[in-house]
Amino acid sequence: MKYFPLVWANLTRHKRRTVLTTLSVALALFLFASLRSVVTTLRASADVGSETRMVVQSAKGIVFFLPQSYRERLQAVPGVRAVTWADWFGGVYQDPKNFFAQFAVDPESYLDVYRGDMSLPADQRAAFIQERTACVVGRSLMEKFGWHLGQTITLQGTIFTGDWPLTIRGVYRSLQPSFPEDALLLHYDYAYERNRTWMEPGWYVLELSDPGLAPQVAAAIDRMFKNSSDPTKTGTEQAFNTSFVTMWGNVSFLMDTIGMAVVFAILLVAANSMMLSARERTNEVGVLKTVGFGDRLLFGLVMAEAGTIAASGAILGLGAAKALFHAIHFTAMGFLPGFDVTAGTLALGVGIAALLAAASGLVPAAAAARLSPVQALRHVE
Amino acid sequence: MPLVELRHLSKHFQRDSQVIAVFDDIDLDVPEGSFTALMGPSGSGKSTLLNLVAGLDRPTSGTVVVAGAEVSAMGPGALADWRARHVGFVFQSYNLLPVLTAAQNVELPLLLTRLSKAERREHVATALGVVGLADRAAHFPRQLSGGQEQRVAIARALVSDPTVVLLDEPTGQLDAHSAAEILELLQRLNREFHKTILMVTHDPHAAQAAGTVLHLDKGVLTA
Repeated sequence: MKYFPLVWANLTRHKRRTVLTTLSVALALFLFASLRSVVTTLRASADVGSETRMVVQSAKGIVFFLPQSYRERLQAVPGVRAVTWADWFGGVYQDPKNFFAQFAVDPESYLDVYRGDMSLPADQRAAFIQERTACVVGRSLMEKFGWHLGQTITLQGTIFTGDWPLTIRGVYRSLQPSFPEDALLLHYDYAYERNRTWMEPGWYVLELSDPGLAPQVAAAIDRMFKNSSDPTKTGTEQAFNTSFVTMWGNVSFLMDTIGMAVVFAILLVAANSMMLSARERTNEVGVLKTVGFGDRLLFGLVMAEAGTIAASGAILGLGAAKALFHAIHFTAMGFLPGFDVTAGTLALGVGIAALLAAASGLVPAAAAARLSPVQALRHVE
Repeated sequence: MPLVELRHLSKHFQRDSQVIAVFDDIDLDVPEGSFTALMGPSGSGKSTLLNLVAGLDRPTSGTVVVAGAEVSAMGPGALADWRARHVGFVFQSYNLLPVLTAAQNVELPLLLTRLSKAERREHVATALGVVGLADRAAHFPRQLSGGQEQRVAIARALVSDPTVVLLDEPTGQLDAHSAAEILELLQRLNREFHKTILMVTHDPHAAQAAGTVLHLDKGVLTA
């Protein structure tokens, strides 16, 4: 501790340079935490989904409907406890920038199948089920737009064209971190009555009586519809979510590679600046050696400077990322529900900061320790 | 018994394939409590000799003994510890750390001791008082004159009460008035505090301040 004034004096020798170097480290670690969190959130979303739920979608692709008549046939498959269905609604609230997910669902069966992922007060659930133009909204979406129960909002349809007035009858809370709390659920029947000539379910969700039956159930369903005009592709909900995540596959790759390359480029610049700062003081190392400072002590002092900059940058960058995304409830407009800078990401960030301190401090620290006093003093003598 | 004993001391430098002898087979005794000036032209090796006594450099052959300790046989770690306890060194160009105040510069050798913060502060105040700069403790080197900077450097050399004070051209960058003040201070340290002083200089006027004057020229040391 008694050496801290010496370390601090050296750090404040060129205040602007120290501040800029620290900010570079902070920016690099902020970027690292942000990019890494996108990747971890995407990966986590692939792991979401109950093991007892399966999704049946069109084998032709996610944008193709499946016939309503499939409902009864799916319900009859051995091992299936419950069936519900949904459609991507794709409406706009006031401005296309106000993007959030909307699903047209069969209220009673949907709330039943997802009872473990979302909670909705019983009176609100009843009100939603009874009123065809009602909707329920996730808590964070309610907070974002400042809506209140009983308020009527109007969505402009894009897939299902026209204005869609909806009355908010319920606010749900997520029971799982990665279950989105910024979505809106409306009645499938409400959408269907205005689009009955062409609208059908986008996908079915099945609840199994036993998760161990998943392979047999999937095979039985796909075999059943194999030779129909609407063949199916059945998989676990996790696999369904993974199919969305794989659409982000290249984004993940870019985040992991190009993003990290940018981060490390910034870190290299910061490391170079830290090394330069230490090299400039070679003569002072000679003076300290003359006074009696040993090699190990000098090594420690130079490392302490590098460590202080790296630690300050880590606290600023990683702390800012954690606090900022938490404060603004960042979800990338609903595409990254449960977005969070995880403890693992923070630990990795701290590891990178430690690596930076070692990389930038070791060379000048070792040089300072290795130089003989006379060699070091020759820089001024 | 002399405080500093140099026996058969040689120092050679290797430059490319050429070996350059700075001096060979030098013997020297510096009595305790003496003020010795070592004179000689540029390149005569007087600073090299001073560095060997300070344990900053290693002889090619021969021994350096200071207060009974064979400095030339010590390893780097032991040498650093020994310097901290026994040597006060003053450079021609002061070599104060510009980011530290006068008091912090003087405190540097004390950081290597077990003294408490309050004790260190007391020792620093005493050392600055001895060199007449008690009122400049909070000043940074850039806020001091050359003479004042050198006095701070002398305070730094004295603060840990070293066995020997070594000075390498201490007046070399000072005007006549400041140089006279420094020499007077060194005489007082020798006279009143019985400090053993070995000073390298090429200035005959500075050498007059010392009790003994030695000459090193072309590798030969003469009285």
